[in-house]
Amino acid sequence: MTSLLGHPAGGEGIGYSFSQPTAAPVKQHGFYPYTDNGGSTLGITGSDFAILAGDTRSTSGYNINSRMVPKVFKIGGDDETGEGAHIVLSVVGFAADGNALKERLDAVVKMYKYQHGKPMSVSACAQRLSTILYQKRFFPYYVTAILSGLDEEGKGALYSYDPVGSYEREQCRAAGAAASLIMPFLDNQVNFKNQYIPGSGEGHALEQKKAEPLPQATVEQLVRDAFTSAVERHIEVGDHLQMMIITRDGIQEVFHPLKKD
Amino acid sequence: MDKLVAQYSRPQHQNEFYSEQEQQDLTESVPPLSLKFALPPVDNHASFLRAMTDDLANPSCPIKLAHGTTTLAFRFQGGIIVCTDSRATAGNWIASQTVKKVIPVSRLSRGEDKPTNEPTPGLLGTMAGGAADCQYWLRYLSQQCTLHEIRHKRRITVAAASKILANLTYAYKGYGLSMGTMLAGVTPQEGPALYYIDSDGTRLPGNLFCVGSGQTFAYGVLDANYKYEMSEEEALALGRRAILAAMHRDAYSGGFINLYHVKEEGWVHHGFDDMNPIFWKTKLDNGEFSNVTSAL
Repeated sequence: MTSLLGHPAGGEGIGYSFSQPTAAPVKQHGFYPYTDNGGSTLGITGSDFAILAGDTRSTSGYNINSRMVPKVFKIGGDDETGEGAHIVLSVVGFAADGNALKERLDAVVKMYKYQHGKPMSVSACAQRLSTILYQKRFFPYYVTAILSGLDEEGKGALYSYDPVGSYEREQCRAAGAAASLIMPFLDNQVNFKNQYIPGSGEGHALEQKKAEPLPQATVEQLVRDAFTSAVERHIEVGDHLQMMIITRDGIQEVFHPLKKD
Repeated sequence: MDKLVAQYSRPQHQNEFYSEQEQQDLTESVPPLSLKFALPPVDNHASFLRAMTDDLANPSCPIKLAHGTTTLAFRFQGGIIVCTDSRATAGNWIASQTVKKVIPVSRLSRGEDKPTNEPTPGLLGTMAGGAADCQYWLRYLSQQCTLHEIRHKRRITVAAASKILANLTYAYKGYGLSMGTMLAGVTPQEGPALYYIDSDGTRLPGNLFCVGSGQTFAYGVLDANYKYEMSEEEALALGRRAILAAMHRDAYSGGFINLYHVKEEGWVHHGFDDMNPIFWKTKLDNGEFSNVTSAL
C-alpha cells in the first residue's frame, strides 16, 4: 500500500506528524542462506553389497571452486578415517548443510554405539536420519541424502531422502544435478523397466523382465558408465568419481578419474 | 562497570559447538520425535519457507519437496477400502514411482509392518501433500497410539487418533505444513470408522473421501458406482478402478495401485500392482477407456 505520510502508517500508535518513529522499522533484506554446490550422487544395491558413489567437483554458479570435495562419508567410524564404520551417507546440494548433517548423524550413531554397546542397524539409522532432517522442516537442510549399508540379513540396503526427511528403501537412486540424466538409465539397467522377454507374447501380452539383484562387477561398471555419461552432458559433474563399496568385510573406498573440463 | 559487563555479556564463541541441550538430545536414547524445530533467523519464517520450497507459488524455488497425490478411502458393508497411487513428484520431476502412501498406524511395533496374508490389527493412514509431513506426523501418531494402548490397556479409537492429529495440525497452522490424510480403522467401540484430516486443521468423519491432485477424477468414478451394500470383490474393484481413472487423467498420479481392505480383525493388503497392465486389461476386457486407441 502506498502511504501518503512520510513514515509508514499504522504500527506504533497514531501517525502524528511530530511523532517521528525513533528507529525506522527493521527492514528485512532478502535472506538467502543457500548455495547450490552441484555434483551428483548415485547408489545401487546387490544381494550382499551396496555401492554409493559421487563425483568430487564443487561448483557455485559457473565457477569450479574445487576438484576434490568428497560427497560420500562413512558414518559412525572409530576415528577420523572412518575405520570400523558400516554405514555410508552421501549428501548433494549445499555442501555446508551436507557437512553439518553428516557431523550430526555421525555423532548420533557413535552415541548409540557407546550407550547400547552395539552398532546401530541401518534401518534404525535410516529412520533417525529422517527425523534429523525433519527437525529442520521450517528451515531445511538444502540436501538430498542417500544412506546405505547392509541390513540385518546381510543384503544391500539403500534409503533415499528428500530435503525434509521423507524416505524410502530402494534398489537404486541417483540424486543431485545429474539425477534426471542418470535415474532413467538406472530404471532401465537395474530395475529392467521397459525391458520385455523376447517371444513371451504379442503386444500387451509381452512379459516384463523381472528385476534381479546384479553382481558386484556389473554394478561397478554401471556406476562408472553413469558418471562418465553424466560428465559429458552436465557442467556441474566431473573431476573424480568417489565410490564406497560396502560388503561384509567392510567399506572399500576407491577413486576414478573423470574428465576435468 | 567491568563486572556488570562481564555478568551480562556472553563470550562470542559460546555457541560454536553443541550446546548443552543439543548434547543432551544426542545422548538421550529416545529423543527422535520431539516437537522442537529449528526456525530460520527471519521475522516471517512462513514466507521464507514458501520462498524456498513452494514450487506452485515460485516455480524456481531451490528446494523441491516430494509431494504425494491421489488417495481414496470409503466405507462399505464389509469394512473400509483404502487405495492409493504411488507417484511422488518434485516440481515436474517424478521423484519416485514406488512410494508407499498407505502407512500403518497404531501398532506396538514400528510403522514399517510387512504386509502378510493375515489381517494385521491397527489403523491405516494415507499420505497426500508433503511426503515428509505425512510420514513424520503419522509416525508421531503411531507413537501416541502405542502410548495410549499401554496406558489404557485397549486400542485407541479412530476418533481419538484422528483428533490427536487434527489438534497437532491446528497447532502448526500457518507454519507451512502440507498434508491431507485419511485415517481408517475398525474398533469395537465405533465399528468401521473413517476420518479426513488436513494441514488446515480440518477433521471430518465420513463414508467416502478422495484426497490429492487426482481427487476429482477418483470422485467421478466413485460417486457414480458407490453403493454401501457392495460385496468385498466389488468394493476392491471399485477402489482400484477409481485410482486407475485418476492415474490416467492426472499427470501427478501414476505408478502402482496400492490396495488395502480394513476389516474387523485388522487390515489386509491386496497388492501393489503396476498400473499399465491393469489399464490395458480394463480397456480390452471391459471396453472402457475406448477413447484410447493403440493406433496413432
